[in-house]
Amino acid sequence: MKNAVGREIPEEALAVKLTNGRQYEPYQGKGYRDGKYIKKAGPTTKVYQKPIESKILPSIRDAVIACGLKDGMTVSFHHHFRDGDYIVNMVMKEIVDLGIKDITIAASSLGSAHDPIAEYIEQGIVTGIQTSGIRGKMGDVVSHGKLKTPAILRSHGGRVRAVEEGDVHIDVAFIGAPTSDEYGNARALGGKGDCGVLSYAVVDSEYADKVVVITDTLVPYPNFPPSIHGVNVDYVVKVDEIGNPKKIASAAARMTQNPRDLMMAENVAKIMAATPWFKDGFSFQTGAGGPSLAVNRFLEPLMVERGIKMSWGIGGITGPICELQRKGLVGKIIDVQDFDVAAIEDIRTNPNHYEMTASEYANPANKGAFVNKLDFVVLAALEVDIDFNVNVITGSDGVLRGAPGGHPDTAEGAKCCVIVTPLTRGRMATICEHVVTVTTPGDCVDVVVTDYGTAVNPNRKDIIEALDAAGIKHVPIKELQEKAYSMVGRPDDLQWKDKVVAILEARDGTILDVVREIKPYEI
Amino acid sequence: MELKAVGTAGTLESSDVMITLEPTTSGGIVFDSFESSVINQYGRQIKAEVLASLERLGVKNAKVIVNDHGALDCTIKARVECAFYRGCQCDMDGKFDWGGVIR
Repeated sequence: MKNAVGREIPEEALAVKLTNGRQYEPYQGKGYRDGKYIKKAGPTTKVYQKPIESKILPSIRDAVIACGLKDGMTVSFHHHFRDGDYIVNMVMKEIVDLGIKDITIAASSLGSAHDPIAEYIEQGIVTGIQTSGIRGKMGDVVSHGKLKTPAILRSHGGRVRAVEEGDVHIDVAFIGAPTSDEYGNARALGGKGDCGVLSYAVVDSEYADKVVVITDTLVPYPNFPPSIHGVNVDYVVKVDEIGNPKKIASAAARMTQNPRDLMMAENVAKIMAATPWFKDGFSFQTGAGGPSLAVNRFLEPLMVERGIKMSWGIGGITGPICELQRKGLVGKIIDVQDFDVAAIEDIRTNPNHYEMTASEYANPANKGAFVNKLDFVVLAALEVDIDFNVNVITGSDGVLRGAPGGHPDTAEGAKCCVIVTPLTRGRMATICEHVVTVTTPGDCVDVVVTDYGTAVNPNRKDIIEALDAAGIKHVPIKELQEKAYSMVGRPDDLQWKDKVVAILEARDGTILDVVREIKPYEI
Repeated sequence: MELKAVGTAGTLESSDVMITLEPTTSGGIVFDSFESSVINQYGRQIKAEVLASLERLGVKNAKVIVNDHGALDCTIKARVECAFYRGCQCDMDGKFDWGGVIR
């Protein structure tokens, strides 16, 4: 059955069983589930009526045993420690050493720090993966069909919806936290390796049957105000290190000096300034990629010139937006994840820099997340096709190596979604006829800015009019694709086997696309 | 003009291709190794470009090693031609066949 972005969704994918029995549907288009109802799935939690002094257990192994973790269960993790994370590998090693098998990992994201999990997949111990990001060895083994069930890939908002709706039930959540007290009140500041916020882990703490907080810095009770509330936590474990602080946050998200990136960023800022939403009190999010991040720098003079301010900025926070706020140009920063030391330092000291939960950020099934009030979002892409569909998950070889993250959430929510990407990367045409995998549907993407020109989604007549009025040149996206192919040649289609190795969920829980097992190329 | 020794041209940089030609006396054109960072989408075209260039240069027999990092067709042609002339070990004194066998 073909879905609303023209992708064939096979029966094999539609038949995948969700925990709550919900039947998968193919993607139906933007806003499909609006106004419908969901019944939230509650966890089964233990009563702690008799006072105890402490929930601290001596080791992760003890916590795994105390939680009653057994074959077939689902465990969860968050990804605030990014490439510096030790928690996933430490916990999974204990689970495997205890001989527990048939485990599903439901993480907010996974990265190259988690290469050891690839081996557990090959051994058939880890049989399910539900995540946003999948990279490195894990992406490789999954793409080669080694995981027993198809991986389920979701946006950050889509994951919260899936947990709340009961598509996935978390048996035990393991939450790494920079600080915790003996009752599990956990914060992301004041420890050996701070990550700034714990936004993605909040839904795990509220919906998992058992919750374990793992920290390397125990602090006196009560560790307030907490990101993870002790009332939701069963056990606390102290370890030597939860992660490598140097990799948790990069020293600084470096501002690009690449003239191509800067030119594209300047054009994005000019396009934003030509739309009706660029007025006093506008709201904004950028991705952390080179050209997207550089947009901050070009917005500043335009804001000063017009005498306008941004009321709030959200998202993965980096130094440049904090810098803009210090100059008095941003009202509030609402933070779901920190990408650099500058952002973590800022939330530590700045009263107008707030932590929010992943649900508040991007959940499509709550009563209105921040993304629904967003004016502009500027995002990157691996590929964009002539229907404006975006791919951020599969490489040109068809192997899983990315993450939808907040891309589909902000793209659907924002009034104006701008993708900024060079026309070609090496021999790869970024603007192509058909993306390898659809991760953000074209009906949510409004403007595509490249180094060879700008294209506007023909559905957005209002933006076309605004750009025409401002004298900003734009071309049909087909022209950009043809220009790209004239430079690098027309790519051959990738060769796939039949097996579905991953399901790309739209944020509303319908199926946007599937990824199949790759066929090795033979010359 | 014929291949006398191993001729190599190109680098392992991004957007370049390293081509190595080794003379053989029979067996036609044989790819000893063929690697590319974009093999899934452009492997067929890279191979065709290398074979067409060798044919133009009149190379009937050779072992060929291709190590590509996303080179465009013009680069592939240039590297094959250069590897060939290096392998021929003769002083051309600048008299290359521009626009003829060299495209």
